[in-house]
Amino acid sequence: MQETEATREAAQVRRNWLLSLPALCLLAAGAIGPLFIMLVYSFLTPGKYGNVEWIFSLDAWRGILFTRDIFDDTLKLADAHLTIFWRSVRLSFMTTVFTFVVGFPTAWFIATRAPRWRAFWLFLITIPFWTNLLIRTFAINQIIRNEGFLNTALIKIGVISEPLNLLYTDLAVFVGMTYVYLPLMVLPLYAAIERFDHRLLEAGYDLYASRLAVLRRIIFPTVKPGIIAGSILVFIPSLGAYVTPRILGGGRNMMIGNFIDLQFGQGRNWPLGASLSVLLLVVVTAALLIYVRFANRDGGHG
Amino acid sequence: MASRTFVAARLPGFSTIAIAVFIALYLPIAMLMIYSFNAGDSIAIWDGFSFQWYERAWENDKVKEVTIRSLIIAASAASISTVAATMAALATTRKKPFRGQTGIYVAINQPLMVPEIVTAVALLIFFASVKVATGYQGLGYLILAHSAFCVPFAYLPIRARLEGMNLTLETAAADLYATPWRTFRYVTLPILAPGIVAGMMLAFVTSLDDVVITLFVKSAGQDTLPTYLLAQIRRQVTGEVNAISTVLLALTVILLTTFFLLTRKRS
Repeated sequence: MQETEATREAAQVRRNWLLSLPALCLLAAGAIGPLFIMLVYSFLTPGKYGNVEWIFSLDAWRGILFTRDIFDDTLKLADAHLTIFWRSVRLSFMTTVFTFVVGFPTAWFIATRAPRWRAFWLFLITIPFWTNLLIRTFAINQIIRNEGFLNTALIKIGVISEPLNLLYTDLAVFVGMTYVYLPLMVLPLYAAIERFDHRLLEAGYDLYASRLAVLRRIIFPTVKPGIIAGSILVFIPSLGAYVTPRILGGGRNMMIGNFIDLQFGQGRNWPLGASLSVLLLVVVTAALLIYVRFANRDGGHG
Repeated sequence: MASRTFVAARLPGFSTIAIAVFIALYLPIAMLMIYSFNAGDSIAIWDGFSFQWYERAWENDKVKEVTIRSLIIAASAASISTVAATMAALATTRKKPFRGQTGIYVAINQPLMVPEIVTAVALLIFFASVKVATGYQGLGYLILAHSAFCVPFAYLPIRARLEGMNLTLETAAADLYATPWRTFRYVTLPILAPGIVAGMMLAFVTSLDDVVITLFVKSAGQDTLPTYLLAQIRRQVTGEVNAISTVLLALTVILLTTFFLLTRKRS
């Protein structure tokens, strides 16, 4: 009796694996497997016309931070690379902070509507989240470009006489990323605030807490999981952003994503592109793991 | 204070910021749509209403070509990923936990966690070798790549639907000597259908919108609608791009509204 039970269970597990197999094969061939090949490529030598030669080399990993002087072959710190890394981290951080600053009141607003209206406001946040990122970035490009709506309007009402050069600046990339990633901040914040027990607020006010004290001492600590989730969800795609800096930053204001792209185009340095991608992947995975540990710890206590 | 009641949930300035956010979220898209109907060339000066940009886009053979290619890829990727995701969801939901289940779950959601540019570059490297080895240059690479990153988008709504499902009906069917296949075909599948349709639509929208992975995987002459738009934006901005974008936005909103109606919880 017990044996048949065990065999039935084993058959069930085998069936589960068989059913998962098509999805796993798709992902192995079209997403996960190639990452390992990329790791191998980061240890090879760049080919003259792109691609690689199968000669082992650590140059691609050294190349992340250093360049070889073309005259005396010494290693120097690659300032241009550092500028790009710093811009990526700084813009991603600024985007995360600013989406929180405007996203929190928005999420609070939605969560405090009457229940039948909540779905409507939430839907309004979700639509941009699902609409084409390229088109949304392009919409921002149209607004801020020299002959765009903002400059035309400002000139017309006489605030400025010459168009402001907003496009192809770090500011443009920051505005664009805030615009496209904002829903990713609002949605997890909303999920956390919706579960918030509003009697805690009344208790706080009854004990003569100011609005600020209530916000800092009661609301923020309670919705912390939502704040962390939103920050991770915004920071990760910002760090790996490619389309937004390309359309709003132009060629000079590259972020890591565009820098990686460059190695497969004009740069003709596939191994460097591969090592940079592996580095980006490691940073993102580390951020996710930290988040998972935080989330589990919070879950364990509450 | 006497005239206004004290509402604990109200925080000063929050509603103002929220309304400003909603306006800021929709204004750029609204402008883009409005100026797609502009009679003039400008993207900031209104010259009257016209359909000229839509007519030009419609008559543009290149636009037709890339749109058809996008639709072929999206339809194929959505179908393939939905079938795979449905099977995986049946295997990993409402079952006694088994060894490796978490691994399957992580693998399925992997495309949501890895930056697109990283996957794109990895696929470029992988497919470059495959292209040399096999000589095949067709759409298969794009369909495979899209099917892979669409799997989690198809999987999540199907899983959500399954989790909300009651086991009683299936048990009843089994008690009445229905075979596992007949139980699935006549009981599970009909109840699961809205989740499957919803998952397929999300997969379709995700594939249709993809720029980065397509850009790195496509062979010469395999532009899709988004990569074509990206190239146009780089050159010169005309109302034609606005017209195409408006159509694409409208399509997305229609699919999403259907999705929400399908997955809405009945109360």
